[in-house]
Amino acid sequence: MRGAVIVVGSIGAVFFLAMGLTVGLWEALVLLIGVAFISSMLWYPPHVMRIVGAALLAVFLFAFLQTIAGTVPGAVIAIVLAVLAWRFLPVRVHRRVGFMVPSMVMLIFVTTILMYMAPGSPFAQEKQTTQQALEAQAKKFKVEKTALAFFGTYMKGLLADGTMGLSVKVQGRTVEQLLMPALPVSMSLGLLALVIACFLGLVLGIRAGLKPNSFADYSSMGVAMIGISLPNFVIGAILLVIFSYSFQLLPVAGWGTYGHLILPAITLALPYAAYIARLARNGTIEVMQQDFVRTARAKGLSEQTVIVKHALKGAILPVVSFLGPATAGIFTGSFVVEKLFAVPGMGQWFVTGALGRDYSVVLGTAIIYFTIITLFNLLVDFAYAWLDPRVREEL
Amino acid sequence: MTEPTTNVQAIEKGTSLWDDAWRRLKKNRLSIVGAVMLALVVLVCAFGPMIMNMSHDGENIVEDTFPEQANQAPSASHLFGTDELGRSYLARVLEGGQMSLLIGLIATLASVIIGVIYGSIAGYYGGRLDEVMMRAVDFLYGIPYMFLVILIMLMFSDAQRDSPLPIFFALGMVQWLTTARIVRGQVLTLRHQEFVQAARVMGAGDMRIIFRHILPNTLGVVVVYATLTVPAVILLESFLSFLGLGAGLTWGLLVSEGLSVINPVESYWWRLVFPSVFLALTLFSLNFVGDGLRDALDPRTRK
Repeated sequence: MRGAVIVVGSIGAVFFLAMGLTVGLWEALVLLIGVAFISSMLWYPPHVMRIVGAALLAVFLFAFLQTIAGTVPGAVIAIVLAVLAWRFLPVRVHRRVGFMVPSMVMLIFVTTILMYMAPGSPFAQEKQTTQQALEAQAKKFKVEKTALAFFGTYMKGLLADGTMGLSVKVQGRTVEQLLMPALPVSMSLGLLALVIACFLGLVLGIRAGLKPNSFADYSSMGVAMIGISLPNFVIGAILLVIFSYSFQLLPVAGWGTYGHLILPAITLALPYAAYIARLARNGTIEVMQQDFVRTARAKGLSEQTVIVKHALKGAILPVVSFLGPATAGIFTGSFVVEKLFAVPGMGQWFVTGALGRDYSVVLGTAIIYFTIITLFNLLVDFAYAWLDPRVREEL
Repeated sequence: MTEPTTNVQAIEKGTSLWDDAWRRLKKNRLSIVGAVMLALVVLVCAFGPMIMNMSHDGENIVEDTFPEQANQAPSASHLFGTDELGRSYLARVLEGGQMSLLIGLIATLASVIIGVIYGSIAGYYGGRLDEVMMRAVDFLYGIPYMFLVILIMLMFSDAQRDSPLPIFFALGMVQWLTTARIVRGQVLTLRHQEFVQAARVMGAGDMRIIFRHILPNTLGVVVVYATLTVPAVILLESFLSFLGLGAGLTWGLLVSEGLSVINPVESYWWRLVFPSVFLALTLFSLNFVGDGLRDALDPRTRK
């Protein structure tokens, strides 16, 4: 263990020094404290973990609820819920919360640091202005001089006032006003894409896996390979040319009708459908060789019952564990698809925000994406435990 | 006296993991086709522009512009047509291929080096250290990688972004996570095996055990994963190019330029089709080779 301490200690020290030199000493120090705080939870005994988990949950709920319910009712609801969580939720859930909430704070901090390291400022494109005017602007939009100061103001705004700050580029609007209309757009696009990906992937994969090395196998896997090997914006463009330009069945771009949803969702779904098909194929092949499938056949069940009641579960398991990364990929894959189809979703705001150094917009999208993806991962973990008794205890 | 010895050697050689894998890989038609195709693409991209330059004595075939022959469709003199500045598209596609392949290779190499070192330390020492190190990986895993890559790319100015270094850095930074997890899992199962204990009894230090005894045994998995990372990285770069954050002249840039000139009125189809075909061919073959390697090295498929 002594060797480990020396190795990791020296690597950590080099990292810390590099951070201190490039980002600033205080920023590096805060980062170190954050890492230490998250890591330290591994050592907490269960009853301490329950308290810490509940407290962190209260903070998170309060920040979220006060925008909906107001400060005082929000605080009351948050505290009540946290007390209930402390009393009734199992320790493993507290451990997850104890990881998730500080992770989000860390994400905000790291994103802030990265943005401050990028050259340029939110006011770079403005007309020639005096130093005082710039300072007044910075003050109005709460753009501080250092990453640490900005992080402090931002967290204060988030927790005390329940606001994600003002957008610099879209003047007079707060970030939540910008993102709230975009959120349902991205959510419906992402969820539809996820459903298409699962459905298409499972159908292709199980079809291929039931008869390995047959025509069904090669054709399905060929389609899957195309989905993996072509950038999806090319696939999207091809779909556009076919369905919108040539046959004029679907609108070219924009948002508003159901027709606008179809092409972007398919484009977004295809690469993930391809991955899911490959996973489902391997899962099916593996499960069909198992003893219990042979038993099911031996006791005279029809092939259909064998597949639906016994084999399907095994084929789906690897797919379910891929759903976490797939969700993350689909929601952020929309950066590209939203641009291609001119969909007014959150991806647009992230990209324009990042390119224009609109710090609060980038942080706002980061928080929302992180929340969606973490919550979805949690759901996937529960679904996995429900499907596979072997991991039920580990959760 | 000598004959039995050679016999034993022959048997040992015949049953080694790599020989087995090679034998199985040879049976996999698709992988062989993929490998040949990949070799062809690499050779054409590596030497194509050089040869074209030779026939154009002294001119730079990729950058020299001829406005009078802008946007020509493919013909005998310009096999892939020309772009809006009259540059030969064949030369640009091949030159872009050099950069795309280089990015795929170096970013993968960087991610593998980081991931292997990180994962082997975590897996070898285990315990709390492992938990802390894997927590950090979990945290980074929770952030969508596109997000991180875009933010990291923004740290560099436009001029810096024309060199491939920022993109090596950005893609290497996000791709090492999976390698680290895989290697850690492998090392965890290897570290209590007899040969490791034997090495320790003989007085080998931790570093020696990790690098000389454990890591060679994880090589198969790492090679497979690396082969599948190269296409992922090339694809990721093309997304960045599409968003305007790419690394200069790559297939991704050419494809997204091609997309912008596709419209119902007058479409310069060759500007989308040729780079897309090259990109897809490369990714196809890399994926086939990676799949074949995985099947070949997977002990479960061994007969």
